[in-house]
Amino acid sequence: MTAVVALDHTTIKIGGRTVLTDASFAVEPGEFIGVLGPNGAGKTTLMRSILGLLPPSGGSIKVFGRTPECGDRSIGYLPQLRTVLPDLRVRGLDFIGASLHGERWGVPRLSHQDRHMIEDTLDAVGAHELATRPLSQMSGGERQRLLLAQALIGNPKLLLLDEPLISLDARHQEVAINVVKKVCRDRGITVLFSAHELNQLLGAIDRVLYLGNGQAVLGSVDEVVTAPVLSRLYGAEIEVVRASGHIFVMSHGSDVERTDHGHDHGHQH
Amino acid sequence: MFQYEFMTNAFAAAGIVAVVSGIVGYFLVMRGQTFAGHALSHIGFAGATGAGLIGLAPLWGLLGFTLAAGIVMGALSDRISNRDVAIGVVLALALGFGLLFLHYYTSFATQATALLFGNVLAVDHGMIATLAALGVVTLVALAVIMRPLIFATLQPELAEAKGVPMRFISTAFLAIVAVAVSACAQIVGVLLVFTLMVGPAAAAQRVTTGLWSGLIVSALLALAEAWLGITMAYYTDWPVSFCIALLSALAYFVCLALPAKTNGPAEAGPSHHHAH
Repeated sequence: MTAVVALDHTTIKIGGRTVLTDASFAVEPGEFIGVLGPNGAGKTTLMRSILGLLPPSGGSIKVFGRTPECGDRSIGYLPQLRTVLPDLRVRGLDFIGASLHGERWGVPRLSHQDRHMIEDTLDAVGAHELATRPLSQMSGGERQRLLLAQALIGNPKLLLLDEPLISLDARHQEVAINVVKKVCRDRGITVLFSAHELNQLLGAIDRVLYLGNGQAVLGSVDEVVTAPVLSRLYGAEIEVVRASGHIFVMSHGSDVERTDHGHDHGHQH
Repeated sequence: MFQYEFMTNAFAAAGIVAVVSGIVGYFLVMRGQTFAGHALSHIGFAGATGAGLIGLAPLWGLLGFTLAAGIVMGALSDRISNRDVAIGVVLALALGFGLLFLHYYTSFATQATALLFGNVLAVDHGMIATLAALGVVTLVALAVIMRPLIFATLQPELAEAKGVPMRFISTAFLAIVAVAVSACAQIVGVLLVFTLMVGPAAAAQRVTTGLWSGLIVSALLALAEAWLGITMAYYTDWPVSFCIALLSALAYFVCLALPAKTNGPAEAGPSHHHAH
C-alpha cells in the first residue's frame, strides 16, 4: 500500500534557513497524525512542501506516490488563521464558493450542484447556519468550522490542518478535534493536524509527528514523547511528565508547550 | 436641464464612470486597498500635468502614470501595496512632481483645478467615447480575473496552494484600478476619486452580504450619487464634484447607521464575541 505522505532523506530550506535536514518518514492511509514541535520548527513549511508550494532542496517528498503539484484536488488544506482577518461582510456560502473553482478564470457562479456540495459539507461539520451569516459576525470557532468545511469540499483524501485550534477556547478545541476525527474516520481521510499542545489531541491521534531542530520523528506517542527524543528535537534538556492521562513537556521546570504560546518566551528559571 | 448638450454629455460621462467606479471600487474595498487607489490617483496628477508639458492630452498622461504605478505596486505587492507609509511617501512625491510640472508649464495652470476637482460639465463626445472604451476594457478585464481575484482576496494562502497566480492577479487588479481611476478622475478629479470609488462600495458592503447584490448596490449607488450630484449642481450652482462628494458621504453614513444586515438567525447586537 502506498504511503499517503512519504519523505525520503528530505531536506527543506526556506529563505536560506534549513527547516528539515535528511528527514524520512511515511504516513499511512487513514492515519490521524498530530504534528507538534516548537514555534518555527517548520510545521507550516512542511505542509507547504506537501502541497507542492516548496519543493525540497534534497531528497524527495511523495504524496500518494507522486511528486506533489500545486492545486492537487486530493489534498484539503486549512491554512493557519491569519491574526488580522479583514472585517469581511461576505456570507459563508460565498466565502466557500469563492474557493470552489477559485483558480479558474472568469466570473464566479455557483451551480446547484456546487451549492449542494457546500451545504452538505457544512452539515457534516455542523455549521449549516453559517452559509448565510457574514464572516465578520462569526466567532473564532465558527470561522474555523467554516474553514474546515471548505477544506473538506471535493472529497480530499489527505487533509492538512495548520493550527486549527489556535483561536479557540478549550471547549471549542475539543469540539473541533471531534468533528475532524469523526468526518475523517467516516470518509477514510488521512489527516495531518498541527497544534501547539499535545494533550487535547491525545485521544484522537494515531501517531505523532514531532518536528524540531531540523529533524522529524514520527511514531506513537509513547515512542516519540520521551525525554531523550524531545531533548534532541528541542536542542535543550527536556523532561516528560505523565500525570493523570496528561503529558507535560517541561524545560527547566516550565511547560514548553504553554510558554510557546507567548511571543517572547524567555525562560526565567 | 437636458436641453443643454453639456448636461446630457455630463450625464452620459458620469454614468459610465460611476458604474465602472462602483464595481471596481467594490473589489478595492474588499481587498482593503483603498489607500492604494487613492495613491494611484495622485500619481496620475503628476502624469496629467507632465503630459501637458509635452503637449499630450492630460488623460493619456494620467492613464500612463497610474497604469505604470499600478503595475509596479502590484508586482511589489508583498512588500509595498499594503504599506501605508511607503504609499504615502510616493503619493506625496507624485503630487510634488505634479506641482513641478505645473510650474514649468504655466499656461496649463488653469487646468489644474479641473484635474484636481474634475470638470464634468466640459466633457465632449470624444471624451464620452474614450470613457466608454476605458470602461469596457476595465469591466471585461475584471470579469476575466474575477473568480481568482475573489479567491486570492478572501483566502490568499489557500489560493496560492490551489495554484492561483497571486502576483499576476494583484498586478492585473491594480492595473484595472489604474484605468478606472483615470476615468473617474475625469469626472470628479484626482482628489475626489474616493467619492465614486470607495464611498458607494463601502456603503454597499454595509447593507449586503452577497457578492452580486453588493456589486449591484455599489454600482447603482455610485450612479445615483453621480446623476443626483449633477442635478443638484444644476439647480444650486454649486460645483458638481462637491455635490457628488456630499451625496457619497451621506449615503455612506446612512448605511453605516443602518443596522448591519445579518441574513441569518437573529443574534442580538453586534456580536464580536471572538475567543481570545
